[in-house]
Amino acid sequence: MEYVIQSQNKFSLGLKELWSYRELFYFFTWRDVKVKYKQAALGILWAILQPLVMMITFTLIFSKALKVSSDGIPYPVFALSGLLIWNIFSNGLLNSANSMVTNSNVIKKIYFPRLIIPMSAVLTALVDFLFALIIFAAILIYYHQGFNIFKMFLYLPLGILITVITTFGLGTFLAALNVKYRDFQYIIPFLIQFLLFVNPVLYSTKVFTNHWINLIMKANPIASAIELFRSVFIGQPVDWNTILSGAGMALIILFAGIFTFRKTEAYFADLA
Amino acid sequence: MKPILEIQHITKKFRIGARQERYLSLRDKIYDTFKKKDKSSGIFTALNDVSFNVDAGESIGIIGRNGAGKSTLLKILSKITPPTTGKIIGRGRIASLLEVGTGFHPELTGRENIYMNGSILGMKKHEIDKHFDEIVDFSGVERFLDTPLKRYSSGMQLRLAFSVAAYLEPEILIIDEVLAVGDAEFQKKCLGKMDQVSKSGRTVLFVSHNLGAIQQLCSKSILLNKGTLLKSGKTSNIIDEYLNLSQKVTNRFNSYGNKDAEIVDFELYNHLGKESRDLFLGYPCALHLKIKFNTTISDVELGINIKDIYGDLVSHITSIDQNIVISGEKGDEADIEINLDSVNFTPGTYKMDLFLLKNEMLHANTDCLTFSVINSDKIKRPGGFPGHVKYFTDTRWKVKNPVRV
Repeated sequence: MEYVIQSQNKFSLGLKELWSYRELFYFFTWRDVKVKYKQAALGILWAILQPLVMMITFTLIFSKALKVSSDGIPYPVFALSGLLIWNIFSNGLLNSANSMVTNSNVIKKIYFPRLIIPMSAVLTALVDFLFALIIFAAILIYYHQGFNIFKMFLYLPLGILITVITTFGLGTFLAALNVKYRDFQYIIPFLIQFLLFVNPVLYSTKVFTNHWINLIMKANPIASAIELFRSVFIGQPVDWNTILSGAGMALIILFAGIFTFRKTEAYFADLA
Repeated sequence: MKPILEIQHITKKFRIGARQERYLSLRDKIYDTFKKKDKSSGIFTALNDVSFNVDAGESIGIIGRNGAGKSTLLKILSKITPPTTGKIIGRGRIASLLEVGTGFHPELTGRENIYMNGSILGMKKHEIDKHFDEIVDFSGVERFLDTPLKRYSSGMQLRLAFSVAAYLEPEILIIDEVLAVGDAEFQKKCLGKMDQVSKSGRTVLFVSHNLGAIQQLCSKSILLNKGTLLKSGKTSNIIDEYLNLSQKVTNRFNSYGNKDAEIVDFELYNHLGKESRDLFLGYPCALHLKIKFNTTISDVELGINIKDIYGDLVSHITSIDQNIVISGEKGDEADIEINLDSVNFTPGTYKMDLFLLKNEMLHANTDCLTFSVINSDKIKRPGGFPGHVKYFTDTRWKVKNPVRV
């Protein structure tokens, strides 16, 4: 085994190295999940309660007060399906954008592929999602909401995959920038609030008639993921054009994020 | 066989000056664009064209003052930060112990932290499983294994951390300053473990201010000074060279008393007659003091406490024992030279208090001088002194072995 340590001159994604350190993904995720709920009396129940409370709030506002259309399914099912996907994205983004700064003590002392940190931060949000699925199942039963089991096992994982890829990409991008410019610490929560209303989490994309907005929604990977997930219940065929353009965008975001991250990674220890 | 590490012309530069703050913000970036180039920001060369080779199985000590570039070198070797120019060719898995306990989380239990820390250090889960019992055994914290780390004493945390690290199995182990802390018993255990590691054929790069430990563990050493490699070779030669570097330490006064007379300067000299805070076991040393009299006063007592790192008094020296009279008139200065024929404290770090007394305290300087005692050729025993031994008793022996015809 021979290797060379020198100042970075040629670019690589470092996937091979990432694979050899794969166990660290598990350990970082496991640590973050464990620490997150360790001192909370309700523990992991919070992963279930948070989306539930959000769902109730949004149902009261959007369905009862504003009478927003929910494509023919009960609004709570509609909102929660959007919120679950949205929470992977928003929590994952928040975690990963701050991850390099919160782990700076480790970064300054030990070498391992740095990408593991923001990626595990996203995986932590995914664990929350898995627990939240329990409440989702309960809601489905409560509203006697039927669904296509084949679609459930195909579309849901695909939707999650698109969400996770997008979050990885944007998260690593922001994590890299956050090391250099701490301003992002203040920008990100604001950005997430903004994005919640831009994405069709609480309303249906069908409300838009403007051609341009529909085009943007097609390129929006989170919107695609939500649409995939909802189509399991709504019973209308999926518009694969939308899904494919969303997935394509997710991949572009992923590579842009990893590229930025890898470019600045070497100097994290000097900056963090 | 090719060397396991080839360090070739490594240079590392840092930007300093206006950009030395801990992180940048966009505001600065925008501000800088409109501002003329800041003249005060400069480049600091932490390492300058350092080259050396390490053969497999060697233990190399890296010696140098604070700021000599030791830690930067280790950070480059462990891939934490890249060199500005130059390259390193490595032929073995490197694990670094730049500071033990990296990745420890206070909310996790001891057991969980062993896994977390182990995997950050590059161990696979099955490797940790394999060594788990040994690690726990070595650390001596088995009773608290399922207690969150935040309830541990700092000593226990350290022991646990070192124990995990001690079971790393890389070809090259990089260690920085781990022996600075912990109780004597555990330090001994660590030294023993590291000795075992280096004897098992693994390569060790070791940075410590504890010259005694370096001497004990490393056959070869390199000496860094202000970022350049001054010399490499046998450890004892390198330590001599290091001690020959001029070593001006600013004296710290932590004093009280009525100051009718005061100690205005003090310095410690090693057996080579150089100002130094590193003394050799079994070799002479000298303490030079300057006293200033602020009133006319006679028969002042000069007292010296020597304490170990825990603050326990190991020796007390006073001018009274030697029938020395210290007197002076207002405005006078007196120079005092105290010679010790043989430093007999066991290797380690010690602190001195200096006192001037005359019925009441005139001037007391507590913890004003820290020095280390380094193992020397006067001590033949392998592996150092047992337990809490603080004093080496030099004896002359006569043994009449039975003669058999």
